[in-house]
Amino acid sequence: MSAIVRAPPNALRRARRRARDWAPAAAVLVAGIVAWQGLVTVLEIQRFLLPKPTEIATALRGNWTFLRHAALYTFGEAVAGFVVGSAVAIATALVLARWKPLGRALLPYAIAANAIPIIAFAPIFNNWFSLVSPIPKIAIAAVLVFFPVMINMLRGLTSVHPSSIELMRSYAAGEAATFRRVRIPNSLPFLFSGLKVASVLAMIGAVVSQYFGGLRTTSLGLFIKEKAALARFPEAWAAIVLASVLGVAFYLTIVLVERSVLRWHPSVRGTRTG
Amino acid sequence: MPRPAAVSLRGVSKHFAVGAGPGVTALSPIDVDIHPGEFVSLIGPSGCGKSTLLRIIGDLVPATGGRVLVNGKPAHQARLDRDYGIVFQDPVLYDWRTVARNISLPLEMLGWDRQRRATRVAEMLDLVELVGFEGHYPWQLSGGMQQRVSIARALSFSPALLLMDEPFGALDEMTRERLNGELLRIWQQSGSTIVFVTHSITEAVFLSTRVVVMSARPGRVVGIVEVDLTQPRTVDTREDPRFFRLVTEIRERLRRGGADESQPLPEEELLLVEKER
Repeated sequence: MSAIVRAPPNALRRARRRARDWAPAAAVLVAGIVAWQGLVTVLEIQRFLLPKPTEIATALRGNWTFLRHAALYTFGEAVAGFVVGSAVAIATALVLARWKPLGRALLPYAIAANAIPIIAFAPIFNNWFSLVSPIPKIAIAAVLVFFPVMINMLRGLTSVHPSSIELMRSYAAGEAATFRRVRIPNSLPFLFSGLKVASVLAMIGAVVSQYFGGLRTTSLGLFIKEKAALARFPEAWAAIVLASVLGVAFYLTIVLVERSVLRWHPSVRGTRTG
Repeated sequence: MPRPAAVSLRGVSKHFAVGAGPGVTALSPIDVDIHPGEFVSLIGPSGCGKSTLLRIIGDLVPATGGRVLVNGKPAHQARLDRDYGIVFQDPVLYDWRTVARNISLPLEMLGWDRQRRATRVAEMLDLVELVGFEGHYPWQLSGGMQQRVSIARALSFSPALLLMDEPFGALDEMTRERLNGELLRIWQQSGSTIVFVTHSITEAVFLSTRVVVMSARPGRVVGIVEVDLTQPRTVDTREDPRFFRLVTEIRERLRRGGADESQPLPEEELLLVEKER
């Protein structure tokens, strides 16, 4: 354990090591795109089945102003849904963990609700609010996010070593202190597992709910649907690529936050020292 | 007026209700007095209720009958007054706290200021010989080191009473013997009273001033053995013929007390059943 490196290695060495860590993955990405381009060209695959990466890039450039605006707007809906859904989920988990009988009464319904294909509600939500409003999209994303965050957080709050609770009792600690010092810190790794899943679901929720309508200037989903209907597949693909990049960026942001919050966790320490 | 007993048990019994059945009697009435400064081990076959008895003293589990006084107060009041420190078989360190912050946890609960906490943590690290590890996280330490942190945490606020539930049970023999020696040194330095649960006869004899021998379930006291080995105990203590005679005596008492072999449920499971309620 004394082998843990305290002094930061110099920036150059760190950058070189990072480059070496990422090189295989980057090579696969480049090879994948090259193979895609090559296969589509050689096998003469029709454009409506699978456009070439170069065509998608051209479509991306050609529609850049619109796509950038719509993508950021859609991303904003996803993030808003993520924040609202997670906040409600965390609050719910705290309440259910604190008042166990309430948890026993409500949890079966929460689990049953999770089995409902929430995306099916998108047209209904559009009807409740307004087709052009961002609120139904945010609501769909929030509802999708709710369950994985709530259930993971709840598990983290309740799966505490019984002796940890006895220890707090031996200090005459009340429920609030036990939550603050034991249950909540214990739940954080669980919470972040939920948040990572949730970041992906939020993006799906925002894009797919736009398929059912929205403001044309702000909807990545509507753009994909309409271009596909018009057989303008490179444009549709360009929007999909953009949505994917933002989805991955969202996920990685959560991972970075997790790493800085869970510095104490072996999984995080392991990646830093190993 | 002499000082009150550190722990006074009068007719303490414990009955666990299990489902709709008749339940299990874990402890039949127990009377024991533990005096300030003593090192008393509770020994008995597994499932005899010794861990339950320790938790009753700490007011972590309610007794079904009898009276428990800690430092002359009801056990519940003693817990609220934070009269004891406790060490479990698992170190029960909080993974998200460094060694130093684990040790200072009870001090935070007591509202000590930062400066005072830092001073005491430094003293404790010195006491358990972990200076230099204050910034480490629990998972970076060996099992023996983790248990030393746990002991430092229990002693950090200088409780008059230390309750220990098989603290070295999960450690290898060499680590266990070394920590036995360290525990005796700490006991002599701190002057606190120790109640120590173990199922190792040699460990009980080596450490204790008295050994309370318990029978198989329902647990009851089948004998209290005075350990009159000279203090301080050293490696030579284990070679002393008197040491072997005491070990033999306790083993005999355990054998006689262990006639009842019926053990429908291990003790840990009963405690869990109770916690579920």
